[in-house]
Amino acid sequence: MSVEGIGASVVRKEDKRFITGKGRYVDDVRIHGMTYAAFVRSPHAHAKVKRIDPSEALKMPGVVAVLNGQQLADDKVGNLICGWMIHSKDGSPMKMGAWPAMAPETVRFVGQAVAVVLAESRNQARDAADAVVVDYEELPVVADVRAAIAPGAPQLHPEAPGNIIYDWVIGDEAATDAAIKSAAHLVSIDLINNRLVPNAMEPRAAVADYDAAEDHYTLYTTSQNPHVARLVLSAFYNIAPEHKLRVIAPDVGGGFGSKIYIYPEEMVALWASKKIQRPVKWTADRTESFLTDAHGRDHITHAQMAFDKDHKIVGLKVKTHANLGAYMSLFSSSVPTYLYATLLSGQYVIPNIHAEVISVYTNTTPVDAYRGAGRPEASFLVERLMETAARQLKVNPAELRRKNFITQFPYQTPVIMAYDVGDFNASLDAAKKAIDYDGFPARKAKAKQEGKLRGIGLSCYIEACGIAPSKAVGSLGAGVGLWESAEVRVNPVGTIEILTGSHSHGQGHETTFAQVVADRLGISIGQVAIVHGDTDKVQFGMGTYGSRSGPVGLTAIVKAMEKVEAKAKKIAAHQLEASEGDIVIEDGQFKVAGTDKAIALPMVALAAYTAHNLPDGMEPGLKESAFYDPTNFTFPAGTHICEVEVDPNTGKTTFINFVAADDFGRMINPMIVEGQVHGGLAQGIGQALLEGTVYDDNGQLVTASFMDYTMPRADDLPSFNVSHTTTLCPGNPLGIKGCGEAGAIGSSAAVINAITDAIGNDNLVMPATPVRVWNAVHAKQAAE
Amino acid sequence: MHETTYHRASSVDEAATLYAKGSEARYLAGGHTLLPVMKQRLASPSDLIDIAKIKDLVGIEATGDTLTIKAATPYFDIATSATVKSAIPALAYLISLVGDPAVRHRGTIGGSIANNDPAADSPAALLALDATVKTNKRSIKAGDFFKGLFTTALDDGELITAVSFPIPAKAAYAKFPHPASRFALTGVFVAKTKTGDVRVAVTGASQGGVMRMPAIEAALKANWSASAIDGVTVSDQGLMDDLHGTSAYRANLIKVMAQRAVTAAG
Repeated sequence: MSVEGIGASVVRKEDKRFITGKGRYVDDVRIHGMTYAAFVRSPHAHAKVKRIDPSEALKMPGVVAVLNGQQLADDKVGNLICGWMIHSKDGSPMKMGAWPAMAPETVRFVGQAVAVVLAESRNQARDAADAVVVDYEELPVVADVRAAIAPGAPQLHPEAPGNIIYDWVIGDEAATDAAIKSAAHLVSIDLINNRLVPNAMEPRAAVADYDAAEDHYTLYTTSQNPHVARLVLSAFYNIAPEHKLRVIAPDVGGGFGSKIYIYPEEMVALWASKKIQRPVKWTADRTESFLTDAHGRDHITHAQMAFDKDHKIVGLKVKTHANLGAYMSLFSSSVPTYLYATLLSGQYVIPNIHAEVISVYTNTTPVDAYRGAGRPEASFLVERLMETAARQLKVNPAELRRKNFITQFPYQTPVIMAYDVGDFNASLDAAKKAIDYDGFPARKAKAKQEGKLRGIGLSCYIEACGIAPSKAVGSLGAGVGLWESAEVRVNPVGTIEILTGSHSHGQGHETTFAQVVADRLGISIGQVAIVHGDTDKVQFGMGTYGSRSGPVGLTAIVKAMEKVEAKAKKIAAHQLEASEGDIVIEDGQFKVAGTDKAIALPMVALAAYTAHNLPDGMEPGLKESAFYDPTNFTFPAGTHICEVEVDPNTGKTTFINFVAADDFGRMINPMIVEGQVHGGLAQGIGQALLEGTVYDDNGQLVTASFMDYTMPRADDLPSFNVSHTTTLCPGNPLGIKGCGEAGAIGSSAAVINAITDAIGNDNLVMPATPVRVWNAVHAKQAAE
Repeated sequence: MHETTYHRASSVDEAATLYAKGSEARYLAGGHTLLPVMKQRLASPSDLIDIAKIKDLVGIEATGDTLTIKAATPYFDIATSATVKSAIPALAYLISLVGDPAVRHRGTIGGSIANNDPAADSPAALLALDATVKTNKRSIKAGDFFKGLFTTALDDGELITAVSFPIPAKAAYAKFPHPASRFALTGVFVAKTKTGDVRVAVTGASQGGVMRMPAIEAALKANWSASAIDGVTVSDQGLMDDLHGTSAYRANLIKVMAQRAVTAAG
């Protein structure tokens, strides 16, 4: 390992510009002649649009145009798509209602756009948007799943009778039922996995610039995957063919999944830019973010876990209703199905699993992947079940888990996933040791003397990331392949540019990707530049989500590096008059093994580009590319343990300790990994304790600002105790598994398991706010 | 934000004159309530009269029996003032809990009480300490000043210049913050005057804004101890009921926070 190579906690290269305010975000882009867009949004959750009257708005100062959904339709701009086909158990395809970017006829959630104002300034646009008169005819509203599936419920989309999008199943129902029927113990649970608002620090934004002379569009946008955005905008929305559309995702301030999707506002900005022949900028304000960024989670689940007399799990049966909101967002269909139910085996040998997932339309903001995407829901369910089972069976929760751990790998679960490697005992042991699990009873007794309720909770999570093998996801309904691309350009002076299809919006790729390259060549990371986020610069790539940039994106870089190194070795061997097989790369030198003969990388590069003295038949230049398609998912896993103290008088939960022992395989930069874990834990703990998304019966988002929606803050969180155990992933040459989501996936269950342990009442809904915990304490006291 | 005209006043009289000239003028002190509301386009004053730079409106002074804080004094100055900490440490503590550092460096006590948010901290201190609000026209006792949600005894254009607090024998504030906003979900300020009178004010809990708690006051007057409140019944009638606190929960918090405040006051 070099000082800046694999395994070194190098300070992030990109932080200087972020910390000193030199980052360049979409809202920083200014183009001569630029106009500003403000959307006219529905105040109703469900209504017919009877009339849109822009006449007063058009008279206002600075207003350039007011455009509406009918004009979009007239220009044959396509409806938004969902890119993953799911079939119901009866074989029928999912029932998808049309989602136009601006509603010409019907609005189905509060905040849905019906028109857009373009004006010379942002304030003029917003003033005029307020002046656009829209006549609505209100329709009955269904704001949650139970209301949506009730008999006689108002219908959102004619395509989806009963508001049901699909009724999907996985696993062997008959075998699972038989296992449950003959079980010695049966544990049942009813859970709500609460809806979350992503709240990336940077709101979504777009700057669209149509060039009439070239009939060419440029879109600066807050995207995690600019090539996918270009593909969708071209192939499905008919904005422009791909070679006439450049998508640039510059510095992006957080995504968490919410910036995967191609939203109405971005495509309207492009379309409007041609319509008015001027550049268009739109930047969401925080209220628009709350109302229109795809939300996460929102499941209602009933589940049963069956055990034999020795406390071995024999079956798991799950029924989940998933709320997908008013429209199907880009990957929404896959999140509660293939990203959720395929992880229901957890870390355990469960011979029989059956899950049914019914996805439902409601008059709420669309729901899609959010950090973890399906896997937090699965992990929360399995780990709440294990903890509840241990309490009902009156056995140690850690030992019940240990008894059921998968210990032989590879392991084929009954729900598609084949785990490649892991050591679940190692992470459980490490976490127990870190928190002094065995000393807990004494700590609980001491706290009790002080009038406090002490609790401890475990979560032994597993997730699947590094998505994904293209052939496998294709067979499951995905509309795209999930490989990644890379190009390595060695410049004539020996510096290196890496063009990656991954996109960094907080992950630190500019550092970690450079570390891998530096490690291979024995050079400093300062000699390596990472280029990403521009479809004109970078070859087609699939972007960043699902903790894939390490296992998939970095592997593509390694594959391209292997090609570069092979050619460079040929050049070096030729220059040194040695055998190619004797050339080794060390400290930026190509050396003849066992001799003092060497040639430095810059000289090899120069030789490649001068082409004065290359092996016969060799092309000049030193630049290679690779596309890498993974052979399997990767399976990060670990144990989180949370210890809390509850004040019975106020219901306030205080963290005593939180430990995470994670197995991410090989870590490129442990400091960045730890940062990723901290962020994930903050979001998982946020879900457990703080973040509640509430709609009223009229479909109004009650928690539409930070005054009501509790974002985790530093003083809400404990000082995390993060450690690692390691099994190398056999599926990629670096042995890495991905670390971006694990914190959010494992932590919620640990927190709720700890609080319910403290208060002795399992009936506690997330977020476990003080008032809810206080009510649960009192319900328990009343029951006694 | 809608267009507005900004004025910086250099004296109280000038501020009042500018206010009178505007069609829908508003005074601007720290701006931490008004500016966010303007950004949300929920308020659109014709004129903003900035009073934060008026020298006569900034400062803290104490005499033997009275602590006076001028209206445009930022929270940070109050929370860190040796004078305040010495005269009424409970007030310095209360102010240290307002908002976050950015809010405390800009927000002012005058702005807070003029707004009379039902979950703001400062009104509890004024009411429990029997403070006097001084304006450019008159003096108003705290008990007469707060008139319900976001409503005060101030006339249109009347400007608060200072708040005078009688220095108590004992006082303390206990706050249970709203998880999201960090305003008071319920905050209780207890004070025992030098003549032995007891006043208890509650913020964040009532639908009517800051209020006194006569039952707790009576119990504490008889026996200044946390246990004296054990037997007091706090009704949930008229208390706020929302996502983060049912009325029953707030009734509980009134009692629990009152007990913690008494314990802290010693």
